[in-house]
Amino acid sequence: MNAPMSFESQGQEGVTRERLVVIGNGMAGCRAVEEILGRDADRFDIAIFGAEPRVNYNRIMLSPVLAGEKTFDEIVINSAQWYEENGIELISGDPVVEIDRKTQTVIAESGRVEPYDRLLIATGSDPFIIPVPGKDLPGVITFRDLDDVDKMLAAAERGGPNGEAGRAVVIGGGLLGLEAAHGLTLRGMKVTVVHLMPTLMERQLDEAAGWLLKEELERRGQTILTGADTAELYEEGGHVAGVRLKDGRDIPADIVVMAVGIRPATGLAKSAGLEVERGIMVDDHMVTSDPAIMAVGECVQHRGLCYGLVAPLWEMCRALADYATGEPSGYEGSVTSTKLKVSGIDVFSAGDFSGGDAAEDIVMRDASRGIYKRVVVKDNRLVGAVLYGDTADGNWYFDLLKKGEDIADIREALIFGQAFASGGALADPNAAVAALSDDAEICGCNGVSKAKVVATINAGAHSLDAVRSQCKASASCGSCTGLVESLLALTLGGEVEAGPTTLCKCTSFTHGDVRRLIIEKELKAIPQVMQELHWTTPDGCATCRPALNYYLLCAWPGEYEDDQKSRFVNERMHANIQKDGTYSVVPRMWGGLTNPQELRAIADAAEKYGARTVKVTGGQRIDLFGIRKEDLPAIWADLNAAGMVSGHAYGKALRTVKTCVGSEWCRFGTQDSTGLGVKIERMTWGSWMPHKFKIAVSGCPRNCAEATIKDFGVVCVDSGYELHVAGNGGIKVRATDLLCKVETEEEALQICAAFIQFYREDAYYLERTAPWVERVGLDYVKSALFDDPESVRKLAARFRFSQQHSQDDPWARRASGEAAELHQHLAEVRPFQLENA
Amino acid sequence: MMIGEWLDVGPVDQIAPGSARTLPVQGGEEIAIFRTINNAFHALVNKCPHKQGPLSQGIIHGGAVTCPLHNWNISLTTGEAQGDDKGCVPVVPLKVDAGRIYLLREAVIGPGGKPVAKAA
Repeated sequence: MNAPMSFESQGQEGVTRERLVVIGNGMAGCRAVEEILGRDADRFDIAIFGAEPRVNYNRIMLSPVLAGEKTFDEIVINSAQWYEENGIELISGDPVVEIDRKTQTVIAESGRVEPYDRLLIATGSDPFIIPVPGKDLPGVITFRDLDDVDKMLAAAERGGPNGEAGRAVVIGGGLLGLEAAHGLTLRGMKVTVVHLMPTLMERQLDEAAGWLLKEELERRGQTILTGADTAELYEEGGHVAGVRLKDGRDIPADIVVMAVGIRPATGLAKSAGLEVERGIMVDDHMVTSDPAIMAVGECVQHRGLCYGLVAPLWEMCRALADYATGEPSGYEGSVTSTKLKVSGIDVFSAGDFSGGDAAEDIVMRDASRGIYKRVVVKDNRLVGAVLYGDTADGNWYFDLLKKGEDIADIREALIFGQAFASGGALADPNAAVAALSDDAEICGCNGVSKAKVVATINAGAHSLDAVRSQCKASASCGSCTGLVESLLALTLGGEVEAGPTTLCKCTSFTHGDVRRLIIEKELKAIPQVMQELHWTTPDGCATCRPALNYYLLCAWPGEYEDDQKSRFVNERMHANIQKDGTYSVVPRMWGGLTNPQELRAIADAAEKYGARTVKVTGGQRIDLFGIRKEDLPAIWADLNAAGMVSGHAYGKALRTVKTCVGSEWCRFGTQDSTGLGVKIERMTWGSWMPHKFKIAVSGCPRNCAEATIKDFGVVCVDSGYELHVAGNGGIKVRATDLLCKVETEEEALQICAAFIQFYREDAYYLERTAPWVERVGLDYVKSALFDDPESVRKLAARFRFSQQHSQDDPWARRASGEAAELHQHLAEVRPFQLENA
Repeated sequence: MMIGEWLDVGPVDQIAPGSARTLPVQGGEEIAIFRTINNAFHALVNKCPHKQGPLSQGIIHGGAVTCPLHNWNISLTTGEAQGDDKGCVPVVPLKVDAGRIYLLREAVIGPGGKPVAKAA
């Protein structure tokens, strides 16, 4: 323990110096002192209290210490010698526990009382501990100081109970959590990161960059669980043994690191009666509500903002020192940027990149090099940037952003970075391409040179698509699409032919390209497709998101997790939205059959939930109109209780199987059309399709079930079943084509499954079977089904496998409380009515 | 009696990224609060300027929402229809502070306690 020293030491000329006491020996406290000393070394007689029993060190370098890249000595900022040379008294390991503003003294844990003329609070922040059971168990640590690092190193050293690698769970997928996870991984632990939000580092990165980061970290052996909400930490023998998530999953762990965030340490200031909101309130000179007390760093709140990064802290310290030494300058708040390496991966973000439409996005993706760049421009000014993989231009963008410079002149080349944007002639993309040599590689994926592309164009390929199909340039990842387009323009002038319609404005690829590449490149998530196929928008649009969601669902059944935010409202709410914002509800009636119990339940539900219209549909079932979104889970529970499930009348999915009564009652019936219809509906319900899909089974050629205007129609005849496809009774009526004739119900079911699966795998999103068959031709469909005798069996098997993952009633899940927030208001506002106001 | 300028409508985590929640106002227009995929928050009157469709139920992408009824794209920041469509829906000023969402009280409830947000 340091000896107390006299507080009235003499200055050079015998003038009593002011006593400055600093609470906090961290980066902010010491930097403030350094700044003051730099301006006027003799002005104050200084004492610094530190809670940790050591000299001041660079807290942001704790990660490299954990990772083994640095030692503690290397991250010390101010050695004992510095304190000595500057006559600063360091009282370490004895935290201040009280500030007495009346007597202008601080009281330390040891009972020591220290008077001050000026007090500086630099208590920094505390780790935020999520209030879950088990948070205080041994083995649960935070990541804030060197002691925490030592605990983590000890755990890594110890390893698992049987000598295997130790297991760590890091709660929090922000900057701090990922650094902890990286360090622990390098120290040999098996690390799982549990993050509440759907993407990592959501405050610094957008969805696309967060996804790239997740994938890279997983490639490096970490397990990343996003959208994972911690329920509790469980124990074994008095020590933490793992994390239990709210979805029931258990993740065993030898240590749990809580790194979900920080909050300003304001306890001392609050109990001293200083003004405190989220942080200690300070003015532009870092003075608190008590003129004798200043505060700086992560513990303060300035103009409504609290900062957790280091750059604002330096700016605050400068303003504070200016003020304390009599030359006030004022701090005006900081614009922050984040440039960092997470596990050796460069990321950068600055400004506002949340989008908004007055703002325009410029996106560049380079899948082969793992690069994503996005700059946000508003009124010809850069307002935000996110860089992943290549952050070389981060500072340049940050500079443009802070200065608010007009970027109209360099806009075209802005995304390519400083070197390109300021390169004069190079700023014209066509000129840049024209300047390339003949053997310059245009398409890296397929190794196509400029000369080859130009030759292909001269040989008659006058559209992007023709170039793609004839020489393969830009046919794989698409990142060179711009170059190929420039070559088309340079070679042909105005004679470039428009290519086929692309999936949407976000991409240069067609539906067919996207479907093919999802399989070829094994793309399994929407952000991954957007990255690998060079989407030009950060998160797509209302056209491509649902299409991609379907393509992925179809390509990877059981593996791909449905993205609800990419679903059209009806498929999210499992009911049909009507023009007044209410919904209609259609329970399934298998093959159009119902019974008194179901009808009674439907009647009761119609009354109970105020269905204003009850209508029999064209698909042989009953539609209840005018149901409010809040009532949907309850009406579904009632209908479920009577044995009914969702009719999917709202989905790009199997709708109905319409039947006639068939041979059971009808004097003309040739087969049991009703029974076959029920079997087909039992097999096909719940399946997602490119568009809605309707089936009918008629018991004889009189065709009372109108099977010949359905997507798949069965017409029973004496000798078996005629199977018809691609009919439509909508805007453009189209009668079906006869696909084939079979003798048994089993064959009819098998071919139905195979046809549906081929449609699911081949058609474009929102393409009904009729336009699909018109586009590809009936022969193409027949050939895919029948040329190889194994095809039908294989397609049907794929369909049945996919069905294993889609045949659970979405209504039952919602009725049991899943996704309740979709049906509830956030809150209600009931204005306080003033009488005669 | 002092009434805060901002109306606290709850913590941010009640709205998942890429989704919206609704806030009915007694005697006034329902408000839709949006959270974009990149975690920006916006509030609009929950009525498309076209045929009054509930914007809260639309697909959210970038800084816009697509109305579920007829696919109009509405800017979340200005409330204006994008592209060739013309129309505008009132924006309700919103701020996020310490993990909670606040709406400008005046834009939700007028000074006399009367709801003010009205669809165009």
